[in-house]
Amino acid sequence: MEYVIEMLNIRKEFGTFVANDNITLQLRKGEIHALLGENGAGKSTLMNVLFGLYQPEAGEIRVRGEKVNITSPNVANDLGIGMVHQHFMLVQNFTVTENIILGAEPKVGIKIDRAKAREKVRQISEQYGLAVDPDAKIEDISVGMQQRVEILKTLYRGADILIFDEPSAVLTPQEIKELIQIMNRLIAEGKSIILITHKLKEIMEVADRCTTIRRGKYIGTVDIDETMTQSRLAEMMVGREVNFNAEYSKANPQELVLDIKNLVVKDSRGIKSVDGLNLDIRAGEIVGIAGIDGNGQTELIEAITGLRKADSGEIFLNNKSIKNLKPRKVTESGVGHIPQDRHKHGLVLDYSIGHNMVLQTYYKQPYSKAGIMNYGQVMEKAKTLIEKFDVRTPSPETFARALSGGNQQKAIIAREVDRSPDLLIAAQPTRGLDVGAIEFIHEQLVLEREKGRAVLLISFELEEILQVSDRIAVLYEGRTVAFLDPKETNEIELGFLMAGGKKEEVGRS
Amino acid sequence: MKLERFYGILIPILSIILGMVVGAIVMLAGGYNPIDGFDQLFYGIFGEPYSIGETLRAAAPLIFAGLAVAFAFRTGLFNIGVEGQVLVGWMVAVWIGIEFDLPTAIHLPLALIGAGLAGALWASIPGILKARFHVHEVITSIMMNYIALYVTNDILRHVIGIENERTESVKETASLASPFLQELTDFSRLHNGIFIAVLAALVFWFILWKTTLGYELRAVGFNKSAAEYAGMGVNKNIVLSFVISGVFAGLAGAMEGLGTFQNMTLNASFTGVGFDGIAVALLGANNPIGVVLAALLFAGLNIGGLSMQQIGIPPELIKIIIAFIIIFVASGYAIRLLIEKFTVKKTEDKKVKGADK
Repeated sequence: MEYVIEMLNIRKEFGTFVANDNITLQLRKGEIHALLGENGAGKSTLMNVLFGLYQPEAGEIRVRGEKVNITSPNVANDLGIGMVHQHFMLVQNFTVTENIILGAEPKVGIKIDRAKAREKVRQISEQYGLAVDPDAKIEDISVGMQQRVEILKTLYRGADILIFDEPSAVLTPQEIKELIQIMNRLIAEGKSIILITHKLKEIMEVADRCTTIRRGKYIGTVDIDETMTQSRLAEMMVGREVNFNAEYSKANPQELVLDIKNLVVKDSRGIKSVDGLNLDIRAGEIVGIAGIDGNGQTELIEAITGLRKADSGEIFLNNKSIKNLKPRKVTESGVGHIPQDRHKHGLVLDYSIGHNMVLQTYYKQPYSKAGIMNYGQVMEKAKTLIEKFDVRTPSPETFARALSGGNQQKAIIAREVDRSPDLLIAAQPTRGLDVGAIEFIHEQLVLEREKGRAVLLISFELEEILQVSDRIAVLYEGRTVAFLDPKETNEIELGFLMAGGKKEEVGRS
Repeated sequence: MKLERFYGILIPILSIILGMVVGAIVMLAGGYNPIDGFDQLFYGIFGEPYSIGETLRAAAPLIFAGLAVAFAFRTGLFNIGVEGQVLVGWMVAVWIGIEFDLPTAIHLPLALIGAGLAGALWASIPGILKARFHVHEVITSIMMNYIALYVTNDILRHVIGIENERTESVKETASLASPFLQELTDFSRLHNGIFIAVLAALVFWFILWKTTLGYELRAVGFNKSAAEYAGMGVNKNIVLSFVISGVFAGLAGAMEGLGTFQNMTLNASFTGVGFDGIAVALLGANNPIGVVLAALLFAGLNIGGLSMQQIGIPPELIKIIIAFIIIFVASGYAIRLLIEKFTVKKTEDKKVKGADK
């Protein structure tokens, strides 16, 4: 069997921490090879070694059978290795072509040969079925398209081994389908792919083989064939059985907690994003909002939490209006919020985890008194929460930035849940997390429900909505167009309603 | 973490050394002996009680100006208007010093408070414009400098009154002058302001790292969105940060008005204290102790530079050295790369970096 890449017995240490311990990964020509592991398992480290960003302490790398020493990303490029980064490296106000040729511009004299560049981009785009407009500006195209520009960038530079770093984390379900087609097309054209991911479904769908690492150690490489199952992969990844379709106990809805009537909210461009929305959530139930991104989810959450002004309508929490209260007042009246973007809203990344644990309560006793902080108490609290919610951090003094995504999310949940809010808003709480962390977070949401709290779950993952919710509200163009029982519906019906399809109008349940 | 700290100290020190090296090269190019030059420079700083006194005297306003810039910076804001705030603080301090007849225990604090409030008021304008209308604070605070320059001149001429281009001296009850310190330092102009400046560095640290206000201000500086989400008044904090920064700046003016000069002169151009404050904050890494040390260094170089004239080296050379120190600090990233290049082989396995994300 011909291998294009062989990473043999790679070891990479950071201080006393062993990020990669004797890991072997062999990529066959023309295969999609998944690299599976939890957040923080050492996947990115391994790929950064391959891409020349880190030098391994031991082990060897062979490309097309020859032993190589990859000392920098330039060397990796010259060897035909291209990386499609998870966080795109694009200049927002440049065109697609300009971004692709950046650093490798074709020239006539001292001028950039734009016509030639444009033609080459168009031609590669066509060859691989990417359908990218070479003249579009990055800021005007969708995230999915931007990712294709990243793919084009590597192809333009002549890569025939592509590393995809968690490519589906930022995509919508439709875009994921298209990405899978593109990957298959790349293989058909003779490329080889390493796919870094923790999404088992994608591996089952697209990968030929899968190498798993756990906490920096090599677990094994398996063929993805008919006999492979998601649960076996999950078990390899987390080292224990994972309950996928956990059946949670039945809800026992009590009194009304959140009651939204005819809410209208405009987005920053002045367009009505939430347009006459009605929604009610009772104590002891989880209501999931299903909807395609951009149908008013963000504005709805911002209006409830006081981050955005509501134009008309009513928002009642425990029969008291919280409409257009300041965020602090909303928080104090009993709302917890796990925000959609944990880096932008959820955490101050340059604060320690301890500091972050009191982001909404720092001005209260015992964390402060008469305007003087008591950081001793803050750290004590942080220690308790870190233990209770199993946040893996070296210490409460560690910067939030240094934690893995899953642990950052656990920290946010710890903070929000600990305040015992009557209403807990969870916006995309599991985005970008691995199965172990997802399971934990779902359990926490259900636990909150069982404590008699009202939970509002917003997610673009229909599976998650169907699995965790007690009731589903379908959101379309700023309105709740249907309320459904998750036991009596499925992804197909939800997808149809989310796209504006009409069942018979289902009223408020 | 530890590594960051290490670089935080190493880069300024290396920058100072590199700045001196460039200064030596310039001296050589100009036909001067750099060894004699530096010998004279250090003598001019540490050689006599008088020069030590003058260095400390010159450091006091720089400490305040540096704290002013650093405070705003710690909360994510650029206060380039320290110069203007120094001018209004200076003017109000002198005005109170001349105008009132009060016992020292009231008069001096009153003059200091007036200077601080004047600086605060002046600084609040860019703050409010930023908070309410999203006008960039760099532009407004620079423009406020010019307004301050001409407004203070006009008030000096027409309200406070001047003779020979300067006001009369402040009353003794409002003066920071200390006969004891003067005598100790061979009659330099050293005054009690240096103690207030060091106290201010303590206050700076206390506000930012010990109070809820500091917790908020730093959170806003790091991540406005998260601060807003957490229910902090982002706009309020922007204005407040400017106001506190302005208090430090106004007090820098009081150091000159109540201490060094005891009066205020019509200014044809800026004093430079406010702009030096930016350099001091940069070299001091926006850290209160760093600011104090950086201000002492700048003051020392400026005072010591004067005595280099005695062997014929123009004092402008010191400006070149200071300028290069700033350039090297500002290119900290490049210096960091250099350090890493030299040390990478030895320390690679010891390096503590964040693990796989």
